[in-house]
Amino acid sequence: MNGLTNSITRLGAVFADMVRNVGQAARFFWRILYRSAAALRRPHLVVEQIHFIGNYSLSIISVSGLFVGFVLGLQAHYILSTYGSDQMVGLFTGLSLLRELGPVVTALLFAGRAGTSITAEIGLMRAGEQLSAMEMMAVDPVTRVVVPRFWAGVIAMPILATIFSAIGIIGGYVVSVQLIGIDEGSFWSLMQAGVDVVDDVLKGVLKSVVFGFAVTFVALFQGYVSKPTPEGVAYATTRTVVHASLAVLALDFILTAMMFSK
Amino acid sequence: MQRKSIDFLVGLFVVLGFVALLFLSLKAGNLSSFQLVGSYTVKASFDNIGGLKIRAPVKSAGVVVGRIADIKFDDQSFQAVVTMNLEQRYHFPKDTSAKILTSGLLGEQYIGLEAGGDTKLLAQGDRIGMTQSAVVLESLISQFLYSKAAEGKAK
Repeated sequence: MNGLTNSITRLGAVFADMVRNVGQAARFFWRILYRSAAALRRPHLVVEQIHFIGNYSLSIISVSGLFVGFVLGLQAHYILSTYGSDQMVGLFTGLSLLRELGPVVTALLFAGRAGTSITAEIGLMRAGEQLSAMEMMAVDPVTRVVVPRFWAGVIAMPILATIFSAIGIIGGYVVSVQLIGIDEGSFWSLMQAGVDVVDDVLKGVLKSVVFGFAVTFVALFQGYVSKPTPEGVAYATTRTVVHASLAVLALDFILTAMMFSK
Repeated sequence: MQRKSIDFLVGLFVVLGFVALLFLSLKAGNLSSFQLVGSYTVKASFDNIGGLKIRAPVKSAGVVVGRIADIKFDDQSFQAVVTMNLEQRYHFPKDTSAKILTSGLLGEQYIGLEAGGDTKLLAQGDRIGMTQSAVVLESLISQFLYSKAAEGKAK
């Protein structure tokens, strides 16, 4: 009898913890936004973080973009040549990258590369009691440490996603026109006829901004509330990647349904 | 790292992002000189627009001279009202006719303009009077069958 009540109590505790975590995250998000005005009085902090978050992610994003473009060009050719619509490779590559792959793959890579580094950095600050030391000196750790990284992530994500899409399209061009031999003129003209700047390019950028908010926030939150031990930091980084990736994919579904439905 | 070099690198990063966005808009998208130069709006009513879509091209002599901005249904005359933006540099006479044509056999549909002989030109907000609706496959088939039946009866 005792064992049964224990199990039920534990089950209830799991859900109660989940709700408590959501509440904690929401309050943390509000605190970040509230402190943003004060933090942006020191813009060099944000610029420094854009360097660490954005510039250092550039290599993985560009190389991944190139290879995704290559694969899209190849796959599009294999599939479309069955229907004799070989010329549509450009349109296919352009639309898939701009609408979906650009924002989503960039966000997933961003979560893995920049997200984990943010979580680890803040988790180690927590473990080394640096955050508590800042509080002792009447410096708000959220304003000094968290907010610059948040806005740096939000600014860097759309830039990275745009670079990913652009390099991807170039990759698709190299594979289809140079290697396979599709007509260069039809590649670009069919893409231009089918891709709308406002409907496709800007909506993709909007998606990447939303993903930037989500991934950066998850990374910062997990780092901030991590247990101040080495295992705590390790769990926090894993949780960042898992939660951020799931959040990105779920948001992608919601945003696609909202933005691209007729 | 020095603050100056970090600022420079971040600046380069942002510039790279803008260049990528520009590339996407111009090369991959359809941000043409059209939207930057200026256009005037002209309306036309059709009995049936077929598969005409917004942003479909408006062509004259095969050259794209504009784009379709809006398609609405007029429930007073029960016709489709198409609003098109024509490029500022192309002028058409007031008695221009508009036809809905298909590019290729089963391609996308577009509006073809044929100039008339009027000396007065179409201005902003004018209406094109003479229009020809899209060819609907089903009516063609029923026309064909009807004429075949009439032929059979006449024999």
